[in-house]
Amino acid sequence: MREVPAERISSEVARLCIEASYELGEDVIQAFQQALEKEESPVGKAILERLIENARIAAQGEYPYCQDTGFAVVFVELGQEVQVVGGNLVDAVNEGVRRGYAEGYLRKSIVNDPLFRRINTGDNTPAVIWTEIVPGDKIRLTVAPKGGGSENMSEVRMLKPADGVEGVRRFVIERVSRSGGDPCPPIIVGVGIGGTFEKCAWLAKKALLREVGSRNPDPDYAQLELELLEEINKLGIGPQGLGGRVTALDVHIETFPCHIASLPVAVNIQCHAARHKSVTI
Amino acid sequence: MSSAFKRVSTPLTDEVVQGLVAGDNVLLSGVIYTARDAAHKRLVELLQKGEPLPLDIRGQVIYYVGPTPARPGKVIGAAGPTTSGRMNAYAPQLIAAGQKGIIGKGEMGPQVQEALERYKAVYFAAIGGAGALIAQCVVSSEVVAYEELGPEAIRRLVVKELPLTVAQDCHGGNLYREGRLRYQLA
Repeated sequence: MREVPAERISSEVARLCIEASYELGEDVIQAFQQALEKEESPVGKAILERLIENARIAAQGEYPYCQDTGFAVVFVELGQEVQVVGGNLVDAVNEGVRRGYAEGYLRKSIVNDPLFRRINTGDNTPAVIWTEIVPGDKIRLTVAPKGGGSENMSEVRMLKPADGVEGVRRFVIERVSRSGGDPCPPIIVGVGIGGTFEKCAWLAKKALLREVGSRNPDPDYAQLELELLEEINKLGIGPQGLGGRVTALDVHIETFPCHIASLPVAVNIQCHAARHKSVTI
Repeated sequence: MSSAFKRVSTPLTDEVVQGLVAGDNVLLSGVIYTARDAAHKRLVELLQKGEPLPLDIRGQVIYYVGPTPARPGKVIGAAGPTTSGRMNAYAPQLIAAGQKGIIGKGEMGPQVQEALERYKAVYFAAIGGAGALIAQCVVSSEVVAYEELGPEAIRRLVVKELPLTVAQDCHGGNLYREGRLRYQLA
């Protein structure tokens, strides 16, 4: 067994929280540049120019890209030949989040109870942690801070198998259309299809970690991604919902086999602050 | 930038508000106040009990924002707008009490539109997510109420040339609807 100290996990998670909040991915910035060429609305163009400028200022390290530095969603791919020593994995990740949000001057946006008390926990913990046991002796950590505005526009729907491709198309378009300017367009749309009720939501979230511009390896789904993107950009919602040609930068679909009776579909919407950073230990 | 800017200073008057039309690009300067969900809940409870508010709301602009903590030597952290629709239930009562302007993002509901028209107020859209850029326009920041709410406390900000777009005006104009129709292809 390879041993990895819990402290190492904490320090890496802390660093990833900060990096994700200040350095927007190059793929997203390139997508803004391409969007600027496509956008016809003067208001929309001005917004896209300002988003590029915002990313440049944030990368200097004094102001996070967005004030909603999110729920810390942490994906852990834990090699089965790794043993975490000197502490447990969950505590180590939460300690990393606590440290990263304090040292990075990030906003603490988590309340301790969803309904009755809603008191801020003060350190942005707990994180939402998804652990997968994988072959090998490495740990891969991905920190994806998720803003509330776009998360609020997300939805799971249990379609019937007979609804088919058209049913999926209608649901995705309806969900984006109804969201308008609220999730901070230009957005990235994560779609999970198949599995069970909770599995498709997880797939939709995972889909948001893919690089903007990447396609599903299955040609049918790759084609559907491009068709959905085109249809979404016909809605006219535009940057910030103020009208324009660019509503979404990309659509990513992830799938899983499903039950003969089911067609679960989840749409997870990501604002333009599409933040995620990874490291392999 | 794509089109001319109107320079507007706070506090707002009926005359200034009536001169603003959905789609106008504005550079806003002067004092504004921050408040979001939790602070709005408290302000509206005070109004309903007939008790005084912690600020004189007449003519004022409220910015829906919960900034990140300021680094040492900085006035504020990232400070972009939050989704305005969550304040639909509160905004009309504050507008009736004299509030003249809102800054946020995303369309506001029919009850807010009606209040904008009835009491002459205006809704400006700031760029959601442009928190680092917007912070450059904030000259000073101090907490004036509800410090215990952390990022949701009410702050008094002085801003200089904050770039905004008039999204919903007092004449019934709504850029979310008009802009979308203009570019819709479906």
